[in-house]
Amino acid sequence: MKILIVEDDKEASAYLAKALKEAGHNPDQAADGEAGLEMGRSSTYDVLIVDRMLPKLDGLSLISALRSEGDETPMLILSALGQVDDRVKGLRSGGDDYLTKPYAFSELLARVEILARRKKPDEAETHLAVGELELDRLTREVRREGKKILLQPREFRLLEYLMRNAGKVVTRTMLLEEVWDYHFDPQTNVIDVHVSRLRSKIDKDFGEPMLHTIRGAGYLLKVEQE
Amino acid sequence: MWKRLKSLLRVTAVRLSIAYTLAFGLLAIILVFYMTGSAVDYLRQQFQSSINQEITSLRTIYESRGLNALVRTMEVRARAPGANLYVISDPAGSIIAGNVRDIDSDLLAETGWHMHPFEYEGFDTDRSANGERDQKSRAVARSFELPNGMRILVGEDIGEPERLRGVVRKALSFSLGMMLLVGFLIWYFVGSRALKRIDMVSKSTERILAGDQSERLPVTGVNDEFDRLSKRMNVMLDRISLLDKGLRNVSDSIAHDLKTPLTRLRNKADAALTADHEDSKSREALTEVIADSDQLIKTFNALLMISRVEAGSQIAELAVLDMSALLEDVAELYEPVCEEEGFELEVKIDSDVKVLGNRELLSQALANLLDNALKYGATNGETNRKVTIGLRKEGKAVIAYVADQGQGIAASDRERVKERFARLDESRSLPGNGLGLALVDAIAKLHNGRFELGDAKPGLLAELIFPA
Repeated sequence: MKILIVEDDKEASAYLAKALKEAGHNPDQAADGEAGLEMGRSSTYDVLIVDRMLPKLDGLSLISALRSEGDETPMLILSALGQVDDRVKGLRSGGDDYLTKPYAFSELLARVEILARRKKPDEAETHLAVGELELDRLTREVRREGKKILLQPREFRLLEYLMRNAGKVVTRTMLLEEVWDYHFDPQTNVIDVHVSRLRSKIDKDFGEPMLHTIRGAGYLLKVEQE
Repeated sequence: MWKRLKSLLRVTAVRLSIAYTLAFGLLAIILVFYMTGSAVDYLRQQFQSSINQEITSLRTIYESRGLNALVRTMEVRARAPGANLYVISDPAGSIIAGNVRDIDSDLLAETGWHMHPFEYEGFDTDRSANGERDQKSRAVARSFELPNGMRILVGEDIGEPERLRGVVRKALSFSLGMMLLVGFLIWYFVGSRALKRIDMVSKSTERILAGDQSERLPVTGVNDEFDRLSKRMNVMLDRISLLDKGLRNVSDSIAHDLKTPLTRLRNKADAALTADHEDSKSREALTEVIADSDQLIKTFNALLMISRVEAGSQIAELAVLDMSALLEDVAELYEPVCEEEGFELEVKIDSDVKVLGNRELLSQALANLLDNALKYGATNGETNRKVTIGLRKEGKAVIAYVADQGQGIAASDRERVKERFARLDESRSLPGNGLGLALVDAIAKLHNGRFELGDAKPGLLAELIFPA
């Protein structure tokens, strides 16, 4: 994936670029808002990672500028300001996701990969399928290998999110944000328990497990490839 | 006294009133002088025209009936009460007839108007009765020469208008004097009162600046503008000292409580570096380093969050919330983990309770309380472990609460645990940063509510009390 990093902290930017390269992506770097705008205009990226506070042109203005020119590239805002209102402001300016500094690289990587996919809108899709696992949003039915699985409403939403992002790592924070709409970090491992409940329903009575825990990162729903 | 006056002069109100009074007094003086002056002018004109008339009539008499008739007429007129001045003299200047005993002969010799008041001595019966016989009177006159060389002077006494002017000026100066005196007294009392109050305020301010944080501006209880100002400033000072105290607390705690994990972090990194190139060991150490850093980051985030919530209203918009639904959601989030940890989660949420608040913050406050209940609610043996989350309306208050059946917190410690980094000795061994309840407290305050800890008998009862 071609990724543009707009970040004025050189060390952070270089670290990010290196880590993204190691993860198999192709990052470019811009050190201030104007350079970022120039590069964002001149070539096509899969994802933009934009720091909120930048010299010359701040991150939110950069995003609004690109958006007003019809640029629909997914954009992730990085910010030291993590309050609810900051987040709302960030997303209102046209950003697609908001990550508070300091962050774990695994969190950023997971979000970037999911953002890039989000480019193709599949929200309207009513029938989701990952391997033998099927989910119908209208009848609210879940089946694996044709067998009906009964889920609680929240488990259903959790599975729906995992299936939409099948093959990608999703973090606990992302689940908390997307499925529960909370932006704080509970001290107890509440998400783990929800996920393991879901896992016991979709994996326990079947052969190959589909819902995997990725240590230090999050969860991954996928079909085991032979 | 002089010093006091000098400092009074520096009070704006006093300066303004002095300037105002001076300007007003000056205007009043000008006005009165102008009015008396023009009144006198008017009277003089009246005199002139009446003198002219008199002279015309005398001339007519002289021309038609001769000198004798003129002299007789003048004698008659001169004797009438309040009469004009009449003088007939021979060409040499000695008075032949009239009602004037003595007059400057130059006046008689010079033909024309004598508008500059001159002195003369009359036979005035009125005045001799008043013992002013020797008093000289003042008059204006016109003199002329008859064809036979005799000279005639007709004039009018101006004593009356002059006296009038004198009376008016005297009254004016008296009232001006009174005005100045009263004005001065008013400035003195009003101004010195204001000055005294300002002095009190500035002395208090000096003490506050010198470091006495408990000092407050004086409030006299009259509820005047000074009192209102002082009260506002006192509220401000309260807030400042609260924030200042919080800040001091935080910096002390940061120094103390963050050094420990940082040292630990450093040691682990050090260990990873010197792990004899044994891959699995250094990996393990590095994983721990990351976990420790994450914990530090969480602590910093929590600290930032608390200070932003404490700093006040700009952090989040408050909206009318379905508090019942909010608690249901939090309970739903925590139910599996409660079960996993061996607790029964009892839900006692009244439906349809509304509160003005912020969903995110209130959810976080409840999550913190549940985290705490899970952490400390288990210390009371293995059996019958229950955590309750509830919501009820009591009168005008809405109470959201979380109760556990652990050891609770001793009444004497209940205020202290709401402070940042406050951890009871019993909990030092458990993971946590000592910020959870401080954040709950800040969130409650942001919602104009209270956070109260009580006894759940057994266990801890944590209540968030909001105005409905």
